[in-house]
Amino acid sequence: MAAEADMMEASGPAIDPMYQFTLKPLFGEGPIHWYTPTNATLWMGIAVLAIIGLLVFGTRRRAIVPSHTQSVAELAYGFVYQMVRDVAGKEGVKYFPYIMTLFIFIIFTNFLGLIPMSFSVTSQIAVTAVLAVLVFVSVTLLGFYLHGVKFLGLFWVSQAPLALRPVLAIIEIISYFVRPVSHSIRLAGNVMAGHAVIEVFASFAASALIAPIAMVGIVAMFGMDVLVAFIQAYVFTILTCVYLKDALHPSH
Amino acid sequence: MTTATTEAAGHAAESAAGMPQLDISTFPNQIFWLAVTLVLIYLILSRIALPRIEAVLAERQGTITGDLAAAEELKQKAVEAEEAYNKALADARAEANRIVAETRADIQAELDEAIARADAEIAARSAESEKAIAEIRASAQEAVKEVAVDTAKEIVAAFGVKADARAIAAAVTQRMKG
Repeated sequence: MAAEADMMEASGPAIDPMYQFTLKPLFGEGPIHWYTPTNATLWMGIAVLAIIGLLVFGTRRRAIVPSHTQSVAELAYGFVYQMVRDVAGKEGVKYFPYIMTLFIFIIFTNFLGLIPMSFSVTSQIAVTAVLAVLVFVSVTLLGFYLHGVKFLGLFWVSQAPLALRPVLAIIEIISYFVRPVSHSIRLAGNVMAGHAVIEVFASFAASALIAPIAMVGIVAMFGMDVLVAFIQAYVFTILTCVYLKDALHPSH
Repeated sequence: MTTATTEAAGHAAESAAGMPQLDISTFPNQIFWLAVTLVLIYLILSRIALPRIEAVLAERQGTITGDLAAAEELKQKAVEAEEAYNKALADARAEANRIVAETRADIQAELDEAIARADAEIAARSAESEKAIAEIRASAQEAVKEVAVDTAKEIVAAFGVKADARAIAAAVTQRMKG
């Protein structure tokens, strides 16, 4: 206990597990304006380059028998395509490029965030909130565009007894508007928590006494974060597909 | 000066709250760059990457379908070739059997003819031999008769009787018949 307290006192101020999520201007010091290139900008740019590397450069030979990179690109394509078709149905395939954009962006920034000393774009609630609100607004607009007022049938559970329907409608409406909140916080929260816990373990490693345990902890957490990086991208995408399905087929 | 102070205050609040993500002053920046990134990724995907991958997958599917069809065709051809082979084999076998039967019949006919010819020759020869034997026998009989007549004449003469030649000959002939 004493050693731990000592360590906390020694490393507490030195290593702040949340410091890694701070936005910093790339060039010099100063306030962050809306156009200032920051570390977030840098890692988004790296993500774009990596995406070009995999999906454009990797497929440049258009081989019938694919190379390794081309296989991965095709795998990603097939994975998301299948998801959209299975969850949202045949009509959903039209929106496949948008969903693919979301998935590719999230999974690349998630995995790039796992590189030590990098910046996790998806740990920022501002980023995930924009993604979630984009999905929410476009899916809602699409629902009204395709079905007009009938889209409100999504909240009117026609199988339930008549007396229960207004109550259920209120619950449905609340859950509908909570969607973007959970959608965004789930992704940012998972990514942030994983990175922060690694940082905490790293701060423990400063003490020679528990350094081995801390290192094992870092390795284990990193392994889990690799899983989380994929699973959260998958969850975000499949939820988007579910919301899209609701917009395409609002009837319960 | 004012911005610097606000920032300092912001940083202080940040470290106190412990979550830089909640620093609202950075939001416009992040949203702007996120929008740029998303538009870029969308353009890259929808203009280049996705059509290309789709084309590759379709082409592969086409190639696989084509190859399967070609394989099916080749298999059909192999079956046909086997049938043709079996038919040729059966034909050849039948032809061989026919030739064997024909040859056998030919040989049989030849053999029969040869046997008939041989039989005829044998018959002719034996007839000739019989004739020769009969001639020999006849001439032998004649000789015996002559000898017998002579001997009888001599024996009768030895008894001192003058025998009539004609009577003796008749007697000998009579005896030889009996």
